[in-house]
Amino acid sequence: MGLVLTTLTGNYAVSYAVKLSRVKVVSAYPITPQTTIVEKIAQLIEDGEMDAEMIRVESEHSALAAAYGAASAGVRAFTATSSHGLLYMHEMLWWVAGSRIPLVMAVATRTIGPPWNIWTDHSDLMDQRDTGWLIAMAENNQEVLDETIKMFKITEDPRVYLPGIVGLDAFILTHTSEPVDIPTQEVVDQFLPDRRQPYVFKAGDPLIMGNIPKDLELNMRMREDIDKAMERAKKVIDEVDFEWGKLTGRRYGGLTECYRCEDAKHFIIGMGAWVGDMREAVDKLRSKYGVKVGLIKIRYVRPFPREDLIKWLSNASSAVVFDRSFSPGSGGHLFLETVAHASVAGVRTPIKNCLAGIAGVDVTYEDIVDVVLKSISEVEEVGTFKEFIEWYYRGGR
Amino acid sequence: MKGWYAVVDEIILPLSRPTVGVAGRTGTWRVNRPVFNSEKCIKCRLCWLYCPDNVIDVNEANPSNFITIDYNYCKGCGVCVDVCPTKALTLVPER
Amino acid sequence: MVLTIKDLPKDKYVMPGNAACPGCPENLGLKFVGMALGEKAILTIPAGCTSVIQGLLPGSGLKFPIINVPFASSDAVAAGVSVAKKLIGEDAVVIAWAGDGGTADIGFATLSGAAERNDNIIHICVDNEAYMNTGIQRSSQTPLGAWTTTTWKGKKERKKDLPMIMLMHKIPYVATASVAYPLDFIEKLRKAASIKGFKYIHLHAPCPVGWRFDPMKTVSVAKLAVETGMWILFEAINGKVVISPPSKPYVDKTKRKPIKEYLSIQGRFRNITEEILKDLERQVDENWETLLKFT
Repeated sequence: MGLVLTTLTGNYAVSYAVKLSRVKVVSAYPITPQTTIVEKIAQLIEDGEMDAEMIRVESEHSALAAAYGAASAGVRAFTATSSHGLLYMHEMLWWVAGSRIPLVMAVATRTIGPPWNIWTDHSDLMDQRDTGWLIAMAENNQEVLDETIKMFKITEDPRVYLPGIVGLDAFILTHTSEPVDIPTQEVVDQFLPDRRQPYVFKAGDPLIMGNIPKDLELNMRMREDIDKAMERAKKVIDEVDFEWGKLTGRRYGGLTECYRCEDAKHFIIGMGAWVGDMREAVDKLRSKYGVKVGLIKIRYVRPFPREDLIKWLSNASSAVVFDRSFSPGSGGHLFLETVAHASVAGVRTPIKNCLAGIAGVDVTYEDIVDVVLKSISEVEEVGTFKEFIEWYYRGGR
Repeated sequence: MKGWYAVVDEIILPLSRPTVGVAGRTGTWRVNRPVFNSEKCIKCRLCWLYCPDNVIDVNEANPSNFITIDYNYCKGCGVCVDVCPTKALTLVPER
Repeated sequence: MVLTIKDLPKDKYVMPGNAACPGCPENLGLKFVGMALGEKAILTIPAGCTSVIQGLLPGSGLKFPIINVPFASSDAVAAGVSVAKKLIGEDAVVIAWAGDGGTADIGFATLSGAAERNDNIIHICVDNEAYMNTGIQRSSQTPLGAWTTTTWKGKKERKKDLPMIMLMHKIPYVATASVAYPLDFIEKLRKAASIKGFKYIHLHAPCPVGWRFDPMKTVSVAKLAVETGMWILFEAINGKVVISPPSKPYVDKTKRKPIKEYLSIQGRFRNITEEILKDLERQVDENWETLLKFT
């Protein structure tokens, strides 16, 4: 299929995806561990390998603002950031989504301070759930590259017209080299149509975006429209996944990917790079302990894979949701959403939350095996959990 | 919502188009009214130039009534009166 | 060729019946931007009075393409638009139109960044010397001694000299302007549009509501600012300052009107002390002295 196999870090996988997607304007501000994405893009542009302009801005707020300006004016634009940078541009995320301007951003997920900490957790990414951006999270560098290219197509689909984030775990993916198939330009050109967006600003055409609304109900409908677009995006994500699969042989599933789910009684739910460890845990739990465990990998946080989760959990005996981010005073983000949607759908399966890997703490597949075994035995003994939210530290608290 | 120009692909967008009287008949805000006396006008166009609300039009073809004030939208600020060098414009209280 | 009133286009970019207050200087400034660059302009506008002047969506009291943007982002969005238009090959003049807060305070890092990068845009600071839209709170552009709703006994600090700060960014074009001198402003806008890179124009815009004067006096107050030497009109191409014709007579200190004439017409300076008055007078002299060093 004209594919080139090479080894790439997650960040370089993003850079090449951006190049292949024929992005015209890139603007960014340095923050570890995102920086090598834009360093590589800068090099590709300066070497004449990529036909684009780079705006080297003075802050993340301006990074997204400049990308938004370029996108509003009619070209494909991209930015990347992480952690505090993402929080600093938070206001702009709302603005871009509310404007319905497609745009793609890579987020190297990283802990929020204090103290300063560059290792991965998902607090920064999950803080953006309410902004109206599509949010995908990759498991490995191949998925990083594939999802970035796909995200341009998904966000620019008229049924969606929303911006999108592709998340990749700090260092575990951003700075780790893995074998990656880089599709040829011909393949991507065949896949990705010319830029589409709902409107473009042009001199001489007095179009005004964002002045004060006369009709607040109309404004509320605009917000509802974002929600509707998210619902429509589910189908678009599926279609795009299918199409990309036809061209490259790589299909991931839509909002989720299931691993050994068919006969599973117990489920592990998680997202990001540690899903790789979860796969190993599933294999171990099945081969060594004989328990029928399956893994639901969350690929998209927004739109949230409500239907997939309900489908798998409704006949399950138990599930553990692993969260790398949480809301103090409440619980893990994925857990809260999972139980909320499961509950309204009448799912009675006991679901437990394991808060682990926060602030970059390393979690191995043995840790996951440990947590899941304990939770299964508790459910089998008592029928439910004594504590639904558990902070997990290796070797106990 | 149908027919609203800012609906693209069924999405309602936060878009606007230029409109005269977007804030309504702003002439009703007026406390004082600028009144034009054609005889004193020297056609300097300063009232037209400085009108913040663009409600003064110049009639190049009609020297006997050189300017027209759109009282539907004139807010009665009086800037035209202030800049008029010959007092061809005066401010009188609205009744 | 000298520009005259008769040369100005009649097309209206400020729509009659918009939501500006009576005697609004921002409306005036926007009208002149329309006269200078109407067909080519694309504006980014952060939070401020102009957000309100546009009136209510789906209508607009202004006839430009406008992207309303978050407070601290106008120059960055404008930079993005400008780059995109260059790539597409469209002829557009991209303008960040921001108030003194959106320029000198919350927007300052963004402004400075765009200036340092020499992004191909025009930044117009429409300076009404306080946060008028939110109810007349002091800004870094509020002059010493002025009453605001956060400085009830008068501001204790001097006005930050923004045109000078922008001059020090070594950008290709810096100018000051006043709503009382439209021809000067329009010529500057057209000149700025013809220059590639970052252009900064600081437009003095007396606000009847916030400065406490009769709305009919907007132009007179703006004129007095120039005639007293409190606001100096100049332009600087590549750092070389040239005093603009309306301000030229006031290079000579003796030709300047006493600043009291400018201050006494405004309610916001009603309670200033003799000491503050002296300081304000000193500032006028100092500002002229500093500026003339760059001519």
